[in-house]
Amino acid sequence: MKDSKIYDVIVIGSGHAGCEASLAAARVGLSTLCLTINLDTIGLMSCNPAIGGLAKGHLVKEIDALGGEMAKNTDATGIQFRILNASKGPAVRGSRAQADRTLYKNRMKTVMESQPNLDVKQGIVDDILVEEGHVVGVRSNIGVEYYGKSVVITSGTFMKGLIHVGLVNYAGGRSGDLPSEKLSDSLRNLGFEIGRLKTGTCPRLDAKTIDFSNLIPQHGDEPPAPFSFSTKEITQRQVPCYITYTNEETHNIIRSGLDRSPLYSGVIQGVGPRYCPSIEDKIVRFPDKIRHQIFLEPEGYATQEIYPNGLSTSLPYDIQLKLVRSIPGLEKAEIMRPGYAIEYDFASPTQLKPSLETKMVKGLFFAGQINGTSGYEEAAAQGLIAGINAALFVKEEEPLIIDRSEGYIGVMIDDLVTKGTSEPYRMFTSRAEYRLHLREDNADLRLREKGYSIGLVSEDDYRAFTEKKREIEAEMERLKTVKVPVTAEVNSKLESLNSVRIVEPITLENLLKRPEIRYKYLMEIAELPHPHPDPLPDGEGKLPPLQGEGWGGDGVSKAVAEQVEIQIKYQGYIDRQMEQVERFRKTEKMRIPDDLDYSEVPSLSREVRDKLSKIRPLSIGQASRISGITPAALSILMVYLKGRNRKQNGGAVGWIKA
Amino acid sequence: MPKIFEYDTIAAVATPTGEGGIGIIRLSGPDSIGIAEKIFKRKSSGPWESYRLYYGHVVDPGNGEVIDEALCVLMKGPRSYTREDVFEIHCHGGSLVTQRVLELVLREGARPAEPGEFTKRAFLNGRIDLTQAEAVIDLIRAKGQAGHSAAADQLAGRLYSKLTEVKDRLSSVLAHSEAYIDFPEEEIELSTRDQFLNALSDVAALLKGLISSYDEGRVYRDGLSLVIVGRPNVGKSSLLNLLLREKRAIVTSVPGTTRDVIEEYMNIRGVPLRLADTAGIRETEDLVEIEGVKLAREVLKRADIALFVVDGSRPLTDDEWTLAEELKGKKYILIMNKSDLPNALRDEDISKLRGEMQAVSISTITGEGIEALNDAIFKEALRGKNEASGGLVITRARHRDTLQKALDSVSSSMEGIRGSLSPEFYTVDLRAALNAIRDIVGETTPDDILDRIFSEFCIGK
Repeated sequence: MKDSKIYDVIVIGSGHAGCEASLAAARVGLSTLCLTINLDTIGLMSCNPAIGGLAKGHLVKEIDALGGEMAKNTDATGIQFRILNASKGPAVRGSRAQADRTLYKNRMKTVMESQPNLDVKQGIVDDILVEEGHVVGVRSNIGVEYYGKSVVITSGTFMKGLIHVGLVNYAGGRSGDLPSEKLSDSLRNLGFEIGRLKTGTCPRLDAKTIDFSNLIPQHGDEPPAPFSFSTKEITQRQVPCYITYTNEETHNIIRSGLDRSPLYSGVIQGVGPRYCPSIEDKIVRFPDKIRHQIFLEPEGYATQEIYPNGLSTSLPYDIQLKLVRSIPGLEKAEIMRPGYAIEYDFASPTQLKPSLETKMVKGLFFAGQINGTSGYEEAAAQGLIAGINAALFVKEEEPLIIDRSEGYIGVMIDDLVTKGTSEPYRMFTSRAEYRLHLREDNADLRLREKGYSIGLVSEDDYRAFTEKKREIEAEMERLKTVKVPVTAEVNSKLESLNSVRIVEPITLENLLKRPEIRYKYLMEIAELPHPHPDPLPDGEGKLPPLQGEGWGGDGVSKAVAEQVEIQIKYQGYIDRQMEQVERFRKTEKMRIPDDLDYSEVPSLSREVRDKLSKIRPLSIGQASRISGITPAALSILMVYLKGRNRKQNGGAVGWIKA
Repeated sequence: MPKIFEYDTIAAVATPTGEGGIGIIRLSGPDSIGIAEKIFKRKSSGPWESYRLYYGHVVDPGNGEVIDEALCVLMKGPRSYTREDVFEIHCHGGSLVTQRVLELVLREGARPAEPGEFTKRAFLNGRIDLTQAEAVIDLIRAKGQAGHSAAADQLAGRLYSKLTEVKDRLSSVLAHSEAYIDFPEEEIELSTRDQFLNALSDVAALLKGLISSYDEGRVYRDGLSLVIVGRPNVGKSSLLNLLLREKRAIVTSVPGTTRDVIEEYMNIRGVPLRLADTAGIRETEDLVEIEGVKLAREVLKRADIALFVVDGSRPLTDDEWTLAEELKGKKYILIMNKSDLPNALRDEDISKLRGEMQAVSISTITGEGIEALNDAIFKEALRGKNEASGGLVITRARHRDTLQKALDSVSSSMEGIRGSLSPEFYTVDLRAALNAIRDIVGETTPDDILDRIFSEFCIGK
């Protein structure tokens, strides 16, 4: 049967990538279809019930700045919010929240279903329909053909998903869900290179059977800080997590079950993530470690299910039960769902352009775990970009490409399409070379404009943003011009803050540059009595007209104060980073034409030529990041392009503009 | 990001290495004029005019020392070879002066040019026409290969392994810092602040040693002067010829044939040597010969190493004992020539003559012992030169520049750590240090650091 509609964008999957892709396309006004294997698992958190963390929090804030949904959904359903690394500098603070798994997916389902232009339907896609190199639609397992001008695949772990618990294994997309058995064959037939990865999750425990009395509770921040730039405050009740530890007995139990581990008996072929090892992997690789930390995370207000973070395992069920019960607090714990490993098909991301469109099939986009990534946030960020670019493709507009200097999203996508990945790719702050610039706090300053111009940021949100920007500028200017006078009160205040006395008037900006002086202290200093340098004729020591206007500030918001403080305090480092960014952008602007035939470039080694032909970098900058591309090869390429360009332009000098 | 993208100011010695009448240091890039102004004090004032030759002095702005008298010319872009502002300093030839001027401009902010870089800029800026594109590509490739084979030579190989050690220690500190940033909730045992500082100060000491070895490495660039001395007719000129492998000095059996000083250049294992043959030193009445002997004594005074030749087939004379007296406090090698004839020297005399120095037995007729002599000269040339850097001497301005940048970054990262700066700040400096040595030991990618973290720490839930 043929569906009568012709959609602009068809999204396969409704996980974190699929939801963002669907919403982005629909919100910019394109008719969109989201096809999911199970309508009850829209926006489901398959693994731990938490959003954010180091570098991942950055991604969530960037998604929000661009107009995505993840941050808002977390703010509405989060049950514990914390800022990680709060004691470190602003660039490496990461927001993390536990969310109520059920509330999270229910809210996302509501948002999706109530979104104009978006049809959400249940169906398993078996085939991608392609005509003359263009995607034209998809066919479901019950023979329904849906037509669309572009298709985004967000298949998660569903393509040929194989679930392992001990030596038992069975096909499934996720515990309790059907797999997609045919989609990856369809992709393989189209010529895509398909590989196999592995991931895993923890058993879920029954809270009623856990003795929390001797465990260490871990509370969230008070007040909880929201993810979204649009959220004013978090009002729902917050709950604690609990910490416990494995012990030598646990480790012995695990060792006793290794012969029945699918990981160590060679049953699992897919490559797993090193940063997200199973508990058996940790015991084997780090045998000297005497204990491992386990966080007991509640899965929601209305459920007894507990997620024992740190106990990911695919050991046989009897071993799982024994090892759980060897842990303090869990002596009588019941397992509600066993932990398991899952193997799934993915497509090497070097087959994609930076827009996430495949190089091989026009209008076909991939996002999320199909690209070899792991993590809800990584998936959502790609989903958003793929959804936006599918929409821009249909509208025949230039794709949105966030570069490495603009966001973690850019770092991730550039890494994926330029270098590929051999294990599930996760974001880390160390991957971002412009880390000091790419902060959570300025994600809006970096990306709001882009989100607005695409049409994903509402007028209200945009107005709030421009107002914030204006306030930051005004406050920066004020701190530059207002001077603190030399008075006994000022100096004794400075001394109480362990700061050196001043001997001549100093601008607020320079005062703030002192490491020990925080923005809030400026406010306290402002409230000190400040006699006018020349007593007034009537003898009344009235308060300032000091050197400069607006001495006390007119109460800027916390976000503005934070921004001002960071920009002034870390100016030296930020300036240095921005210089690097400038140089980076120069090489990103040296475009390489799409149709360049690398076999015509003289003197390139075969290896270099093969790599360049495969990756097809958009710019000299991107080419420089391909492993094995030497500076000499880049020089040759630059010279060749310059010559080619000059020939085409009749001697004019200048880089080809894309 | 590879250096080739940076349109900063580059500098290099434009004239061939070795002794020449004039040496030219060329700068190209936006800061050419600024840098030149800092080190070149010209007679005239007013703005620089393009294509005008200026007279003045190259002065070290650090201490006001006059390095050389020189001529300068500015070729303002785009009317220049690279189409950028090009500045040339024409100073007196000789690698010592040109190297010092080059070092000055590097210190003031220029970067050593990569192989073929002036030409490449000329092309990229549209100066060279299209037909030359292929030639430029070949040039870059050829230089790249030359650089590659140079990497295989012993010095470069040892520098590589030393810097690999530096890279390894820096990467380790970086990995620990990154783990501390990215995995705040993990129970991992990280190095302490003091361990970081210890590791970094080791690295700094190593870099400092290498950098100071550059000055010692002058022997490789500027060479040493050697003088052959000895009583007449012991075979000094024959030795010179043998070392040079050509007939240069007139050799006769008439004592005192060499009346003036003959100078030649040679090279032993990469160390350039200026070799002077002198008149035999003896008491004489011959006026011409007296002049020759006087000159020989002066040359001897200035020389770095003396080759003290005696005739092994004859007993020692008073002249030789006098000469030995004069050589006290000087580096010399005792050479006993004529080993093809029966030995007439007593062991105790030999040991008295050589003192602490090396002694070699040779025959200028058969060539016997010449390799041993070369060894002895090389050893003497480098004696006491390279202890601080573990026996390794760096010779290229480019390497020194690289190491200096790495050292500066290491120092500022240490400052950051001491000042309890959050790690994302001092890691900027650690990365900069790793980037600096990237050209010699290859890039350190974020993946390399992550690999280290995952192999060292049990991370993840």
